[in-house]
Amino acid sequence: MKLLDPTNETKPTLRPRNARPASLDGLTIGLLDISKSRGNLFLDELEAQFAGRGLTVKRYAKPTYAHPASVPLQQQIATECDLVVEALAD
Amino acid sequence: MTTTYLAIVKQDCPTCTLIVPALVALAETEALTIYTQDETAFLTPVTNATVTLDETLEVSFNHNIETVPTLIKMNADAETERIIGWSKTEWQTFTGHPDLGADLPDWRPGCGAKNVDPHIKDELTLRFGDSGIRARQIEISDVEDEIEACFSRGWSDGLPVVPPTELRVYRMLQGTERDPAEVLGRMPHNNAPVSIEKVAINAVMAGCKPEYMPVVIAAVEAALEPIYGMQAFMASTWFSAPVVVVNGPITKQIGMNSGFSAFGSGNRANATIGRALNLCIRNIGEVRAGEVSRSTFGNPGRFTWCFAENEDETTWTSLATERGVPIGESAVTVLTGDGVQPLGDEKSRTPESLVLSLSGALKAVYHPKWAVAEDVILGVSPEHSAVFERAGWTKADVRKALEAQLMLPSANMVKGAGGCAEGMEPDYVAANPVVSKFLPGGIHIIRVGSNAGLYTAIIACWPNGGPEGTQPVTKIIRQ
Repeated sequence: MKLLDPTNETKPTLRPRNARPASLDGLTIGLLDISKSRGNLFLDELEAQFAGRGLTVKRYAKPTYAHPASVPLQQQIATECDLVVEALAD
Repeated sequence: MTTTYLAIVKQDCPTCTLIVPALVALAETEALTIYTQDETAFLTPVTNATVTLDETLEVSFNHNIETVPTLIKMNADAETERIIGWSKTEWQTFTGHPDLGADLPDWRPGCGAKNVDPHIKDELTLRFGDSGIRARQIEISDVEDEIEACFSRGWSDGLPVVPPTELRVYRMLQGTERDPAEVLGRMPHNNAPVSIEKVAINAVMAGCKPEYMPVVIAAVEAALEPIYGMQAFMASTWFSAPVVVVNGPITKQIGMNSGFSAFGSGNRANATIGRALNLCIRNIGEVRAGEVSRSTFGNPGRFTWCFAENEDETTWTSLATERGVPIGESAVTVLTGDGVQPLGDEKSRTPESLVLSLSGALKAVYHPKWAVAEDVILGVSPEHSAVFERAGWTKADVRKALEAQLMLPSANMVKGAGGCAEGMEPDYVAANPVVSKFLPGGIHIIRVGSNAGLYTAIIACWPNGGPEGTQPVTKIIRQ
């Protein structure tokens, strides 16, 4: 489906991704384990690296990789974290 | 030059099936091409003609067919003449075959062509014609819900919008005779041009019917006038929203509400015309909360605030007439509104008493200790207007009496007076022992609401009125 642009057309039609933070200092980082095998190994390493730099890390997990994260989990991550790393380690 | 014939028919038309023998006869001596809009089976007897199914209706569209059968005389691919329906003598004269269809009835009317069916016509224009639409197209993925797509692109005021497809926008543009490319003005916040087409896109999203377009256009045109001061009040920390008041015959033609709950909700025209203006401001002008808009609270009116004046059974002149619009014309007036402060007075039966109630409440506008340069709207219910009208008071009489009551002694309004730190500057108070609560002529009286309720709605305007701030703007509605 095509829609007609209701704006003044000064912005690109492709929506930009959220800007990445210039620095991680002072930010809370969420690590989301999607419950696929060995994903936790990668996240454990990331947590150790982040913690080693003095950053705040919070761990989260989806019960299964086959379904999207539940709305409560999405809301929890969005309110508790500044950014999230969702990892896959097949 | 060789003359050829082109016939457009459809099996669903009894006249077309009736005249097949005439087509057979014509094809025996003339070069005949037949396009059928639905089925070819009924044309099987016409063996000497080229028979083609006009499946997409492109041929019918390009030849601007309105009736079937249509017989067109062509010379070197250019049309020279056409006849429609079946008239035996007309077909015989037109083709120069005096015996053509001799066994057929003398006359039968044609049928409406398929390409002008209301549900097909607009799609054909988009496909094969020039719709006049030039806006950028945004591709929505198959897995994306189109209403959610509008939300995620920031095009919504927070409520669902109607996805602005090309077909919907084209149909919206049919509501006005004006050129889609016409630029009404520029949004004051970002200098973006506002074309009729962009207004139509936002009107679709707001849920307007095409017949509302002239009102929406007039409202947008009015709001773009520099004296309206939109760049200021929409960026202000104050509460103001655009207030759209419509007068004249168009209010009944498009079913606007001037009675029960005129300020909302439930009437499509009221709701969507006001919403269309606000979506234009949002999407074309990029006025969004926390960005250009710095309003502390905002205002429910920023979704939509549009109503018609109640002009039934009254001696009062309408807002539009007071503002110079000839009687019989329809017009839009845009003002600003901070919200509704209700005034109930169920006991006053004289204008003098009701004026005291109104002026008492009006003293509290903005702050009881301030007389700032602002206007105010009084939405006077029919029962309240009747109190004035029975005594022969016009709107001008009411305004004059209120202005007299609202010439206030300023000593009590100086800052610090009465133990309240807020108030006017001592120098100003010393120089102006009496101050007018509102700007001269700044009390805008609109008769609105249902016939039950001895109430008046006080709607304060942005507290910076006049030439330096915001002024109401009226535009006559054109088709």
